[in-house]
Amino acid sequence: MIPAEFDYVAASSLEDALRLLGEHGDEAKLLAGGHSLIPLMKFRLAAPSVLVDISRLPELRTLRPSDGHLRLGAGLRIRDLELSPVVREQVPLLAAAAASVGDRQVRARATVGGTVVHGDPAADIPAVLVTLDATLVLRGPAGERELSAAEFFVDFWETACGLDEVLVEIVVPALPGRRWAFEKFRQRSQDWATVGVAVQETADGEHAVGLVNMAPVPWRASPVEDALRSGAAVPEAAGHAAEGAAPPSDLRGDSAYRAHLAQVLTAKALTTAGAGS
Amino acid sequence: MASMVGATVVRKEDPALLTGRGRYVDDIQLPGAVSMAFVRSHQAHARVTAIDTEAARQLPGVLGVWTAADLEGLPATRSIPGMERPCLASDTVRFVGEPVAVVAAQDRYLAADAAAAVVVDYEPLPVLATIEQAMAEGAAPIVPGQASNVVMDQPLTEGDAEAELAAAPHRTSLRIRNQRLAAVPIEPGGCVASWDSTGLTLYATVQAPHPVRNELAVMFGLPQHEVRVVAPDVGGGFGAKASFYPEFILTAELSRRLGRPVKFVETRSENLVSMTHGRAQLQDIDVGFDDEGRLLAMRVAIVQDCGAWPDATGAGLPTLTIFMSGGCYKVGTIAASFRSVTTNTTPVAAYRGAGRPEAAYLIERVVDVVADELGRDPVDVRRVNLIQPGEMPFATQWPGIVYDESDYPRLLDTLLEHLDYEALKREAEERRRDPQRPLLGIGFSTFVEMGGFGPSPLFEQFGYIGGWESSTVRMNPDGSVVVSVGTSPHGQGHETAFAQIASDALGGIPMERITVRHGDTQTIQEGIGTMGSRAIPVCGPAVQRSSDKVRQKLLQIAAHLLEASEDDIEQDGERFAVRGTPGAEVTVAEVALTAYKPHKLPEGMEIGLQVMDYYEPTNLSYPSGAHACVVEVDRATGQVSVLRYVAVDDCGTVINPLTARGQVEGGLAQGIAQALLEEVVYDGEGQPVTSSLIDYQVPGAPDVPGMETHHVEVRTSFNPLGAKGLGESGATAAPQAVVNAVVDALSHLGVRDLDMPLTPFRVWTAMRAAEEGRAAAASDGTGPPPEAMRPDPAAPPPPDGMPTPPADGDDTWKVTP
Ligand SMILES: Cc1cc2nc3c(=O)[nH]c(=O)nc-3n(C[C@H](O)[C@H](O)[C@H](O)COP(=O)(O)OP(=O)(O)OC[C@H]3O[C@@H](n4cnc5c(N)ncnc54)[C@H](O)[C@@H]3O)c2cc1C
Repeated sequence: MIPAEFDYVAASSLEDALRLLGEHGDEAKLLAGGHSLIPLMKFRLAAPSVLVDISRLPELRTLRPSDGHLRLGAGLRIRDLELSPVVREQVPLLAAAAASVGDRQVRARATVGGTVVHGDPAADIPAVLVTLDATLVLRGPAGERELSAAEFFVDFWETACGLDEVLVEIVVPALPGRRWAFEKFRQRSQDWATVGVAVQETADGEHAVGLVNMAPVPWRASPVEDALRSGAAVPEAAGHAAEGAAPPSDLRGDSAYRAHLAQVLTAKALTTAGAGS
Repeated sequence: MASMVGATVVRKEDPALLTGRGRYVDDIQLPGAVSMAFVRSHQAHARVTAIDTEAARQLPGVLGVWTAADLEGLPATRSIPGMERPCLASDTVRFVGEPVAVVAAQDRYLAADAAAAVVVDYEPLPVLATIEQAMAEGAAPIVPGQASNVVMDQPLTEGDAEAELAAAPHRTSLRIRNQRLAAVPIEPGGCVASWDSTGLTLYATVQAPHPVRNELAVMFGLPQHEVRVVAPDVGGGFGAKASFYPEFILTAELSRRLGRPVKFVETRSENLVSMTHGRAQLQDIDVGFDDEGRLLAMRVAIVQDCGAWPDATGAGLPTLTIFMSGGCYKVGTIAASFRSVTTNTTPVAAYRGAGRPEAAYLIERVVDVVADELGRDPVDVRRVNLIQPGEMPFATQWPGIVYDESDYPRLLDTLLEHLDYEALKREAEERRRDPQRPLLGIGFSTFVEMGGFGPSPLFEQFGYIGGWESSTVRMNPDGSVVVSVGTSPHGQGHETAFAQIASDALGGIPMERITVRHGDTQTIQEGIGTMGSRAIPVCGPAVQRSSDKVRQKLLQIAAHLLEASEDDIEQDGERFAVRGTPGAEVTVAEVALTAYKPHKLPEGMEIGLQVMDYYEPTNLSYPSGAHACVVEVDRATGQVSVLRYVAVDDCGTVINPLTARGQVEGGLAQGIAQALLEEVVYDGEGQPVTSSLIDYQVPGAPDVPGMETHHVEVRTSFNPLGAKGLGESGATAAPQAVVNAVVDALSHLGVRDLDMPLTPFRVWTAMRAAEEGRAAAASDGTGPPPEAMRPDPAAPPPPDGMPTPPADGDDTWKVTP
């Protein structure tokens, strides 16, 4: 529970952060809210020799509507998403998922960029981004590139973000008035999800379904979507929730229990979001 | 003058603690102090073939690295003779977390780095992670010099009650697993040791500084006056800080060698593998009963998991379980025995209730199972068995175990007054028929436990020098008062409660004029410590007696000053007056000052106002209560929600309703958490799966339901205060109230028993198994579903409701069969 020795540098700007990453190579790690990285360091599962702090860069803490989308700065706190009137109106699913993360202290420090790049399939916001077909904007030495959420999440704790890159923005569609639901099943009130389900009615009236903690990556439950598209009723469609997924087994439940929960929660969320009606 | 005993008083200790001005071990900064860190085994059972400390020694700021070989002759910690645990493992490690080496460095971070740089080579030995493995044919003994892993094997009765069981109209059996828990005090373990010309001083987060002093004196060959142990503010202990830990000896020894103070504070992850665990009992019960559910005979066989090193108190805890296994009932006869077994896990010792919660759970589950077998109401079955008030004090079949005054039927009646039981039963029935609604269940727990630990002959058996407590009351020359007590609080609110007792006994001295001191062997007279709900019942009377003697002297001096007869002196708070003589008055401060002016005192009276006194209780006290829990169970997910928890407690005299409520609620929070969330889990390799608070599920504030707490006060005659103790009642009462409620909610499915903790996963698995059982029974016509779910008493199968191990060999949540 005591990290190995490391140096700390507060980046003065995004450019400075990129420069520091270039300078220190794989010895360096970006520090945002620190709520995933610091625990890993305390368990000595990570031992970067330099932390480059980007948590106080104003250019990463931006929120801009643009062209039917919202552009979220990676440095926004999860609490910002939870409380922002714009997010609550335009992408209420995201605000609801944000509100379910940990406790208030965690949400006040943890950033949306941190939760995305950490790549934990048990995290809530990544599954929502997969559901929303979000776009992730990365900046590296060679400039900017954009990836879809589906491309971005590679494996357990592994994303497409390079060691020399900074996630700068997350672009999500604005969907005011569209129906949605977020169901998070947990053992304790402020716990991680045993299983979570995000459902969003899309601009063309279909329903996208994403699952938390059902696979090594945030999971898109396409078989449910396909079933709905081909006219299945909610209970039948929800029965496909775990299809193709690979839920983990641990103290909170074995994979069969998680598969069952995914179906139960998907049925509930689809009903709330007006699917099949 | 209104009595302070019984008054709701805000805790004197809170302003400092709530504003961050508490002073815990880690806040103690001694000049020149260095930090100690452990190299801990990450193997559950292995031979240590080599330890390379060279790299660690070379690191900056490192003062030294020591292995067992470097500390030859260092004493071991106290335990059952022949089973003493060495401070550092030498040739063999026996559980994950056992220290293999220690490092001292300039600060905590350097010490941690150095500890990480020590390389230990292990040669794995067969791991005995469970009591079944440890007791298996041919299992090698874990503790050297033992014939097997069964380190204690004791029948407590001569017969096995087979004749009585066979003669009973009905009999059934039950296997109960009381799971292993971690205490998780908010302040983990730690200590600071320092030597100077006066000897050794140890600041440690402990519940009993005097016994720690006594042990250290023996271990270091010092007279007791050259050892000072200080328990500063202590952030919770729950029994786990009553054990003696290797770090006490090691910090002292390193401090002696280095000539500098040495501090050790464990991290949370260390705490979860190093601090003693609790419970961890497997119980086999046979019970014989009549048509009304009268308990005619019971046979109890307990296996206590001791962990790798039997703890001095831990190994014998089943005796307390057996003594209390009849609960508040007249059980015809009980035959009982226990075995304590070593396993490759963290040692097990006292945890809030220490042996009695295991008994209360046992008997309260038995009563519910009996009710279920007979199709009777569990409340009725309780009623026919309860000991009646006219039978108190009630001598149980166990020599010396005599329940003091209480009124168990009244506790149950009072509980039912707060619960519309008939309406709840109707609602449960309606919900059963409506698949859209969650199931409802009601569970009861009528319990009795032990408090006021003493008297000396009993407490000696736990390794203490006695079972008494002590108090010194000194009135200063200005009339203010210092009370020094031998108990050592760690969250209970003693500074408030003892001041209340002293205030009354001193004739109404205001609370703000009284300070309570504790926890320092240099400034406190002899003491034993705080455990076993003993502070109020045992130390309270000592405070009362010493205060009373000070007051007698005050009255004598006042009478002398006022030239009146002592019988005519009246006290009104801080004034003495002569009855019937207006204007003849003197203040307490004037009287107190006079006590320090020998020339103004009555002829022959001694100087000063200070009295030390001891109190030895005549017996244990027996706090009791009747609790009920109403739960809702989600049909689809298995999630249990506690809708209501109602507690009626009899702790005898209530000193302070506010702190009493705090004690009950805190205990209930832990008890409900045992029922629903908490369990220390090891995998098949003896690796702890719950070694951080991500997986060891302590409840957060929102997870603790609202609780309704009530008291019925029946004073005990076993001590002059009439108080029985309350610290452990909640944790003793709650688990079975919750589990009985959940089993009740699922009973129509044929679920008869469930093992804690009742996580959603476990409850869902039990519901699914029950439904599959019903479906199978319905299709092959094997009879009514509930029977089909019942185990065959002849061959105890795994209890119902246990999840079946997943096929992929993942045994992280493995349960003892
Ligand atoms: C008690 C507790 C409870 C929690 N409960 C939940 C929960 O219920 N649900 C949930 O989803 N999460 C939960 N979390 C996790 C929390 O949400 C994450 O810690 C957080 O999302 C990570 O964000 P951060 O800003 O703290 O990232 P950090 O810990 O600072 O960083 C995480 C990783 O991302 C990298 N990184 C950060 N920002 C960037 C960037 N802009 N570009 C590139 N790389 C970057 C870092 O280098 C690091 O590798 C909990 C955490 C705690 C401590």
